[in-house]
Amino acid sequence: MPTKVEKDHITGTDTTGHEWDGLKELNTPLPKWWLYVFYATIAFAVVWMIIYPSLPVFGLRGTSGWVARDQIAPILAEQRARQEPMLARIRAATPAQIVADPELRAFAMVGGRVAFANNCAGCHGAGGQGAPGGFPSLADDSWIWGGSYDAIHKTIAHGVRNTEDSQARASIMPPYGQMLQPAQIADVADFVLSLSGVATGADTAALARGRQVFAENCVACHGAAGKGNQLLGAPDLSDQIWLYGGTKAEVMRQIANPRMGVMPPWGARLDPATINMLTVYVHQLGGGQ
Amino acid sequence: MSKLETREKLEPASAQPLYAARQKVYPKQVSGPVRRAKWAILIACLALYYLVPLIRWDRGPNLPDQAVLVDITNGRLFFFFIEIWPQEVYYLTGLLVLAAIGLFAATSLFGRVWCGFACPQTVWTDLFIWVERLIQGDRNARMKLDQQPWTGVWLRKKVMTHAAWLGIAMATGGAWIMYFNDALEMTPKFFTGQASVEVYFFFGLFTTTTYLLAGWAREQVCTYMCPWPRFQAAMLDENSLVVTYRAWRGEPRGKLKTDGIGDCVDCRACVNVCPTGIDIRDGQQLECIGCGLCIDACDDVMAKLGREKGLVAFETLAALARSEAAAAPVKPGPERFACGMAARTPPKFLRPRTFVYAGVLAAVVLVMLGSWVMRDTLTLSVLRDRAPLFVRLSDGGVRNAYTLKLANKTRNETGYALVLDGPRGLALVVQDAPLDAEGRPLLATKPDGITQWRALVTAPPGLRLPENVDVTFRLVDPRSGRAAETERSVFLGPKP
Repeated sequence: MPTKVEKDHITGTDTTGHEWDGLKELNTPLPKWWLYVFYATIAFAVVWMIIYPSLPVFGLRGTSGWVARDQIAPILAEQRARQEPMLARIRAATPAQIVADPELRAFAMVGGRVAFANNCAGCHGAGGQGAPGGFPSLADDSWIWGGSYDAIHKTIAHGVRNTEDSQARASIMPPYGQMLQPAQIADVADFVLSLSGVATGADTAALARGRQVFAENCVACHGAAGKGNQLLGAPDLSDQIWLYGGTKAEVMRQIANPRMGVMPPWGARLDPATINMLTVYVHQLGGGQ
Repeated sequence: MSKLETREKLEPASAQPLYAARQKVYPKQVSGPVRRAKWAILIACLALYYLVPLIRWDRGPNLPDQAVLVDITNGRLFFFFIEIWPQEVYYLTGLLVLAAIGLFAATSLFGRVWCGFACPQTVWTDLFIWVERLIQGDRNARMKLDQQPWTGVWLRKKVMTHAAWLGIAMATGGAWIMYFNDALEMTPKFFTGQASVEVYFFFGLFTTTTYLLAGWAREQVCTYMCPWPRFQAAMLDENSLVVTYRAWRGEPRGKLKTDGIGDCVDCRACVNVCPTGIDIRDGQQLECIGCGLCIDACDDVMAKLGREKGLVAFETLAALARSEAAAAPVKPGPERFACGMAARTPPKFLRPRTFVYAGVLAAVVLVMLGSWVMRDTLTLSVLRDRAPLFVRLSDGGVRNAYTLKLANKTRNETGYALVLDGPRGLALVVQDAPLDAEGRPLLATKPDGITQWRALVTAPPGLRLPENVDVTFRLVDPRSGRAAETERSVFLGPKP
């Protein structure tokens, strides 16, 4: 650091004393006004941090108590108030009546799509396509608990096999692994697959044994022809849709140690108008019954 | 040592200013044919701008009856009998392309006529200068006023001028809004404070820009801000008409009745009237907007002196060069004038350049006309469901779902039958759509609106299809039986 400020004799400007290969850096400081504006912004930032919530620690809320939520709350309230007349009509109508009225139907389809994305898509997929592992597709033509407006409405409102709602859809498939021999389970699996026209390579004797086991254990819920029973939530075994997989191993596993889906009662969480809109939306996803 | 000395003699970089201070221009009043043409064009342009929103055009109930209206809220552009939807904004783009090529063509033929006569900057600046002159007097009076202390007369005249400017600017900003809102509905709302924030914002924006650009910035807009003067030189050539000083006739300039002197008496009339403050006798300049006021000013002086008009004139550079060559050996006087004028050639308008511009112009016009004539008034959009890509049905069949949107750009409410062209066996169902006599789904349209439908296409269990099959949705007009619109899509299934 040179003690005396050196002047560059060509430009007449002070140098900083830094030199690289004979080139000296000129000292051209920032304009004063720029510097003061910079200091002002620092001071402003400090004041800002005191007044407004700035650090997400120690519950620092700022002295003004300003919260962004306060800004959006009246807007949301206003939106809700604007929707209320339509929601009131939807609340009062049955899903069938909603579909019959083009205005209500258009509103319910939009509202239903939003509610579905917010609440249902997590398990049933964005387009209602379901997910492996027992989350049924809502876009196909097979309905476990029924595809009429009333049946869909009841399933959404009360849920399936939950402990929160006493009116929830409920049924239990016993674990046949404890009641039947493994050979019997294999036979009945062959028979169940044959109902859907799936060839497993089983001989007629095995199928006959399977038929016998089926008649003794399964017909009560799934019906003599394996067509299922929507009142009991017993799936149709004669169609091509398999909730837990359609290979012989998967069917045997489901017989021996059944898994059964659970769905929360949405009537306790959503308002009746939303349940109605969801019913209409879900019904049209796959063409309800 | 010697090298360093030479460098030291150079001016330091910091001593060279980066900006030139503005020299205030005080254009003097002038009269003559060019000035009259400019007034006529000014009045026509302003009348067009202010009055077009008032023109009414009956479109029937529930529709705006303003002839020219950009309806942002409802997404429609109305222009007399034309109505454009937002997705057809390319018609507007086409118009802008036409305007650009038109500008190129006009410039190559007549020089900067746009700049000098019709550009909004020129028109409003002209208007503001006229107001200024009305209140503060002509050039000399204005220059004197600016020398006075900021009291009394100065204050009164300046306040009046700026108030008048602001009034014009507000009318300009106000009229702009009327192109985006119904003028008759908006006017009372605007004055009672019921218009939207956007309306007041754009009113303020255009008021401010008009006031600043026409009142304060003026010729600096043309010289420093506008890109057009930068590249218009590419459109001009030696056969374009430009405002020129016939130096071969005027030089050497000097006092009247001096021997051996040309026609220019160096009275500076051409400089005094120039709205950009330049001297046309210096030759072609970037700042010259080609308004031709110097022509009027010079002709006036020449007439008083009993000399031929046209010392400054609209002339091509080619003609100028020929005159110059012919007049060079002749001494100043009437013979030199006759000699130079005789050598002139009339402007050549038919040139490869103008043919190219005309050709491009015609091509764009034809393309736009063609696309307008063949414009679809009914469009069908098919959006395939992506989640799920396809659905396995209980009987083993495969189903795809599609969302159909029918945009009807007419006022008629017509239904169309929907037909699916694809592999034999595919079944089409449209949810909530009635069937016509032949069992095809009948899709209703909404006048000037969009209807939406959900179509389900199902392949029966036995049908063996590849993973990806092309299908076409066809809308059939039930009266004529002809296809009104077709749209392609695909039908997806599991890997066979």
